[in-house]
Formats: sequence, structure tokens, C-alpha cells
Amino acid sequence: MDAIFDTFKLRAEAVSAEVHRFHRKNEALDFILHYLRDAGVSDAPQAYAVWAPCPFLDGLDQKQLSTTVPGVIFDVNREVSAVAKVGISQLDWAIANTGTLVQDAAPVEQRLVSTLPLIHLALVRSDRLVPDLPSALSKIRPEQTNYISFITGPSRTADIERVLTIGVHGPEKLAIVFIDDPESVN
Amino acid sequence: METKFRESINKAVHNPNLTGALGRFSEAYRVSRQKAYEGYDFEALRTQIAERKSYAASHLDELADLFTKNAEARGTKVFRTNDPAKVREYILNLARKNGVTSVVKSKSMASEEIHLNKHLESAGIEVGETDLGEWIIQLAGQTPSHMVMPAIHMTKEEVATVFNEQVEDGQKPDIPKLVKFARGKLRTKFLTAEMGITGANIAVAETGTLVIITNEGNARLVTTLPKIHVAIVGIEKLMEKFDDVVPVLTALPKSATGQLLTSYVSMISGPVSNTDGTPKQLHIILMDNRRTEMSQDPKFKQAMQCIRCASCLNVCPVFRLVGGHVFGKVYTGGIGTILTAWFDALKASDDIQSLCIQCGNCTEVCPGKIDIPGLILELRRRLAVEKGQPLAQKAIFSVVNNRKLFHSMLRAASVAQKPLQKGNFIRHLPFFLSEMTEFRSLPAIAEAPFRDTFKKIQQPARNHKEKIAFYAGCLIDFAYPEMGGSLVKILNKADIEVVFPEGQTCCGAPARYSGAYEVAAQNANDNIDALLDNDVTYVVSACPTCTVALKHEFISTFESLGHTDSLPRARQLAEKVIDFSSLVKKLVDEGRLKFKEGQQLGKITYHDSCHLKRTLRASQPPRELLAQAGYEVSEMYEADMCCGMGGSYSLKLPEISAPILERKLTNIKQSGAPLAVMDCPGCVMQIRGGLDKQNSAIKVEHTVQRLADELE
Repeated sequence: MDAIFDTFKLRAEAVSAEVHRFHRKNEALDFILHYLRDAGVSDAPQAYAVWAPCPFLDGLDQKQLSTTVPGVIFDVNREVSAVAKVGISQLDWAIANTGTLVQDAAPVEQRLVSTLPLIHLALVRSDRLVPDLPSALSKIRPEQTNYISFITGPSRTADIERVLTIGVHGPEKLAIVFIDDPESVN
Repeated sequence: METKFRESINKAVHNPNLTGALGRFSEAYRVSRQKAYEGYDFEALRTQIAERKSYAASHLDELADLFTKNAEARGTKVFRTNDPAKVREYILNLARKNGVTSVVKSKSMASEEIHLNKHLESAGIEVGETDLGEWIIQLAGQTPSHMVMPAIHMTKEEVATVFNEQVEDGQKPDIPKLVKFARGKLRTKFLTAEMGITGANIAVAETGTLVIITNEGNARLVTTLPKIHVAIVGIEKLMEKFDDVVPVLTALPKSATGQLLTSYVSMISGPVSNTDGTPKQLHIILMDNRRTEMSQDPKFKQAMQCIRCASCLNVCPVFRLVGGHVFGKVYTGGIGTILTAWFDALKASDDIQSLCIQCGNCTEVCPGKIDIPGLILELRRRLAVEKGQPLAQKAIFSVVNNRKLFHSMLRAASVAQKPLQKGNFIRHLPFFLSEMTEFRSLPAIAEAPFRDTFKKIQQPARNHKEKIAFYAGCLIDFAYPEMGGSLVKILNKADIEVVFPEGQTCCGAPARYSGAYEVAAQNANDNIDALLDNDVTYVVSACPTCTVALKHEFISTFESLGHTDSLPRARQLAEKVIDFSSLVKKLVDEGRLKFKEGQQLGKITYHDSCHLKRTLRASQPPRELLAQAGYEVSEMYEADMCCGMGGSYSLKLPEISAPILERKLTNIKQSGAPLAVMDCPGCVMQIRGGLDKQNSAIKVEHTVQRLADELE
């Protein structure tokens, strides 16, 4: 577990992603709320955080979360995502040797929160780490979903003078949060 | 060659932004690509890709049907056509029917191939490219200079000027700020466009899935925000199984940009919901545009194995000098030349096919295992058949094909050159020939060719264990006979008698590389007759280009022309042919040749000749021999990069040959060695001539000369 996580962390950081890991869900939640406050999330356009439906939210009081950090919105749509600063979603798989996250992204809100905001906060269960691309592709079923997304680091370009620049059309920051305890995020 | 084409070359090679950016990129690419493939078996990977793509190419109809069936079962509309006009019409009708006024596109070469933007714009529809590089050149009214990095030729200052003039004043040449500005401007377009157009990198038949690969995230927005998604997919993107995605997705980012994986990969297998809950209209256009025809051509079928990574551009010594504009508007570089010939027209490749110097760099890196230089030669051959050879060329080849006439003319030239000759060089030629000596001196034609001096060589009358035939090739025979003398001296030390079959003539490479295969076949037949008429164990050549001709190209020339009768003898000869260094290495390893002991001969640097390294795979034997002789081999940067000679290439395109040579000379000088050694008399001619023009003290020699005196 630790070795595969270390590989993921190394690869993901090499493509400018941030990687965090928590044992319990409540520790992860604490981190997320701090992260949102530090990012300047508030109840105003350009400062919202949009949180797409995900297993992590099961059993959490969304109203209370929105009170704890004003500006966190769970009713995700196009308009609010376009003026949000942070998007939060849970992804299905993580590929260690490329530092990649994989998601069934057929529900549109999963894509809205991970494409439009400046920051993407990505949650993933640690037991969903697989070693490489072939093992990830053997897990996913295109027959069962119409849109699968692979995300490796933030959006990037080198189109001007080959200078690597982060954050073109997608997020300029990708923070990945691993949660070890599968019981707590099911 | 068209004047306009020549002008575009001159413009490109004299554009320091372009050559600077491309040159730096090609150097960085080599490193990043290698790093990305660390821990991977590239040969195994590309064999897998080639096999699976080749399977798809032979089952296009079947796979297109299967893809259509599976995609339509999920609610996708699939339109399949051979005709680019029908693609344009389909999209325009769709746009009109749905009241589309604005379209956003992520990168699609297929759409560029059919000039879609122009068509939609002339119908009053706004088309926005969203890939940053594509947007910049769209605003600037230019065409892509590179398949993956379309605006690589522009500086940040130029980009700022384009933004100021075309979008909004006040932009500074600061790259992060320019990118941020583009993000803001294009975001509005994403949010308002009614239609999104993409290409696709893979189309999986068994699941009806499109795989779209990007870094910027624009394809995700293009496929998410507008209510209609149109994907234009060339049918070469079809693959049978979902499992086929693995090798392509593994190789493509590594070969394209040196990334382990791009930032985003989207796999779309059917329509998803729009942001307002309505179902998205998903249209997939399977575009043929002569791809089926290409897949049925026994030679060009392999071009269907291309995954569009552009690595053939990135390692090409010519591309890094001229960039993409010289190639035309859509596909560029080596593979682009081939695709242009098919998707546009064979004659559209007439000028650009001449840019290939046949160094073979691209064959080493192609993840689709495509023999790009081989296919370009085939284009050349077909063009020569179609339009006939230029008159002057025909005249030259008719001389080359008459051995006696050819050789007597060379002898006459040796006398005629006297007024121009200084020492062993011709430094200036008069009139229109002057370009040939502008950047390098040419060797003077020897007073006595090797075929004459050979007769005077007294081979020691020992009990020769073995007889080996020497194939000299024109350069050694007529310009550098001393190389032949050294070779005989070395083989004699191994108790080998060297024979020189008089009937040998030009190896046919110049004719073949000009597309004149009939001439090459005649040369091949003459040489086979001459060389097989001896009881010898080997036929050795000290010219890698000739060696390749004797060993491989006689066969492939006969195959191309359907001269099956000539094949058995060509194969018989091929088995006996060996290059000089490999032969000597073998003799040393067998203990039949011994180097003098304990010699310290100082520093040299070694230049790999294209054919020796990449066709004959003999880059180590000469290095090992030189080291065993007592030389310290100091490697130059890019030792295996072409010197720009390319046979007659340097005569046809001196404006490209000269800067390639210039780089080579710089790398030689920076190695710090006083002596540059190589295995090819053509490279010796180019590099020695270049250094002579620069009055450099660095000596240039063939390995055969360096070894002759160092053996016991």
C-alpha cells in the first residue's frame, strides 16, 4: 500500500499535483474544510466551492457544511460552476505509475466541478489505487458508462515558446486527497 | 522544384525564431522522450501497436460497421463517408437545423484536412479553435508549423502582438499572463457555443468508444458545455478492442511530448446529459477520404499504423530547420508528406518528398513502426513513373547505366577539373554549379581511379586462406582511391586476398533515391553479375550506402518493379555482403588481425553514418576497433545525426544541407578531438569539405585509413 501510494505521490507531484493522505474520513473532512477556507472560499461569485454528489458526502450534513464554510454549494449546475473557485469530486480509481485519477464522469456535474473552477479538489479511496494503465483499463467498463475521464495533474500547455504553463482551460491546481478507511467512504 | 517551394525553404531556414525554437525543441525532445520510456520495452510496445493497427487496417469495413452498430445502439448518430465535401455538408446542415451560430473546436487534424473552418465561416458561423496554439495561429491567419505544437514558430512578443491586434489591446509578452488572457477569452466562447467539434485519437469498434487525449482540458469543455458534439474521426483511428487502447495510450503521450500521460483522456461511448438535463446530440463522422484505398495499397498500408504523435518531425534533421510551413497547410514532416500524397494528391507531395534526406532517424522512434523514408522513396518512384524524370536527370542516369561511358567520363573529368583544383579539393565551381561548393569544398577526382591503382598493388604472395571481393563504390573508386588501398593492406594482414571485379559499377543508390528504379535495377544487375562471378567468402564495401544497396536495396528495387527472376541472385549476393568495420571486427575477434600493443594514439571523435547506424546496425564495431587500436573516442553531441550529405541531396537542396553540416561541424569541434573518423566516404566528402571551407585544422578520415597502420 505504502509503496504504491509513494509511487503515485511521486508521479502526481511531478506533474504539479498536490497529494494528501488521511486514515479516517473525519480527518480528511477537516483538511478539506481548512483547505476551502485557505483558498478563500466564500458566499460570493468567483469564490464558491461546488461539491458534486459523491459517496464521501454520504452521512454528512450538507447544510451544516455550508454553514461551516459559507459558499460551499452542493446543488451543482453550469452557472454556479462557471463562477466557482473550487470544485470537489470523488474519483473512482488512481493509477500509481502515472499519477492519474480515473472517473465515471457521465453525470455532467462531475465534469463541471473538475473543468470550470480554478482549483480541483479530488477525493479518492486509497484502496482504489492500481499500479498502472493496463490494470486501470481492465477495471473500467465503457459498456456501462458513456463518459470516462482520466485526469493527470492540472491543465497545462506549452504552446507559447514551449514554456510549460499550468492552468489553461481546466483547473490550475489539482489537490488529491486519499482516504484509507474504506468503511468510512463507501 | 517550384520556385515558390524554394522560396519557402529559404524563408524558413533564415527565420531564427523558427529554427531556434525547433532546434532547441528537438534537443530537449530526445531527452524527455527517452526519460518517458524508461522502464518500457519500446520495441515490444511498438510491435504491439503496429500489429493491432495493421489488423484494423485490413478490417476497416468490418470495424467501421461494428463501431457504427455499437455507437448507434447507445443513441449516437454515426455518419460514414469517403467524401470530404459530404463531411462539410453534414456538419453545416446540422448546424443550420439547430440554429448554431457559434462553434468551439478542440484540435482535429481531420477537420483541417477538409478545411472545415473556412466552410463553416463562409456560411456565417463563428468557429473558435480552443487549443491555445491553434487559436493563436487562427487569429494570426497562419497555418500550423508543427502537428502537436502549431505555434512553435512564434515568440511571446509575436503572440502578444496578435492578441493586441485581433482580440484586445494591452497584452504584454508575458507567457503566464498571455495564457490567462486566452483562458478568459475562450471561456466565454465555451459557455456560449452551441456546437462542439473534436477529433479523436482512438475509436474502439467493440464498444463504440472514442478516446480523446489533450493537455489543456479544452476537449473536456468542448464535449461538455455545447449541446451538440460532433467528432470527426479518420477511419485509421479505428481499433478492434478496448484492450487496444493500452498500447496506444501508453505510447502516444511519451512519443508526442515526453509525458507519461497527458493531463486529460476522455473516453466517450455515447451521448451524456447536457448541463440543462436534455440529452446531448452526439454525431460521429467516420471519414475515409482515401484511407480505405491507402489500406489496400501493399506499400502504403503501413501508413495506417500512424498514431499522429509527430515524433518523426521531432527527430528529423530537416524538419528542425524548415518547420511545418514548407510542407503545406495540414500534415507536416515525414508522415505528413505521405498523408498529403494520399489525402490531397500524389502530385501535392512532389516538392515536399524531396525534403527527406533518408537518414532513417524517424524509423527508430516511430511507435507505429512505419518505414517512413521507405514510403517516401516509393512516392518518389511513383512520381517519377507518373511524370517521367527530368531531362537532365535522365541524361545523367543514362550515362551511369553505361559503365564504360560513365567511367571514361569520370576519367575525363579528372583532367578537366585541373584549373579548379587546389590540392585534393575543388573549392569553387563556376556559374550555377557554385552553390555546390559554397559551403564545402568538393574532393577532386583522383588522377588514377582505384580500379587502375589496384592492379599495381602487390598483394603479399602468402598462402591466402581466403578470397574476398572488394566493392569500391564510385567515391572510393574515383575520389578516394587511397581508402581502397588501406582496405587491401588490412585484409592482406589477415592472409586474405582481395579481388576487385572489374565489372562493378555504381550501386544505383543515386538513381533509386531519385525514384529512377529502372536505372537502379540495371545497376543492380550489372553488379550482381560482376560480384557473383568470383569464388569469394565475402563482398566487402567501405561505403555504408553501397553496402546497404548491395545487401538490401537490390532486393527491394527488384521487388518494387516485380522483377522476381532477379531476386534469387540478389539474395545470394546479399548474404555475402558485409561492411568494412564489421568484417575487420570479426577478423580481430577471431584473432586473425592483431593491433600493435600499448599504443596511445590520442583523441578522436566518431561520426555515425546514417546507413551504417540505422540500416546495418553497426555503430559499435568501428568504435571498438578504434579504441582497440589505441584511440580515445571522445563522443560528439548527436554523433548519429546526419551530416547533411545524403548523396545527391546536398546538390539538390544545398540550402538545407549546409545548415545541417554546420551543426555537425560545431559538434565535432566541441568534442575537442583533432580528428573526426567515420565509415562513409560520402560523409568524409561532406565533413572534410566543410572543415576545409572553414580553414579548420581538424582532420577527417575514414576508419579504414585510421586502422591501416595500427595492425601487426
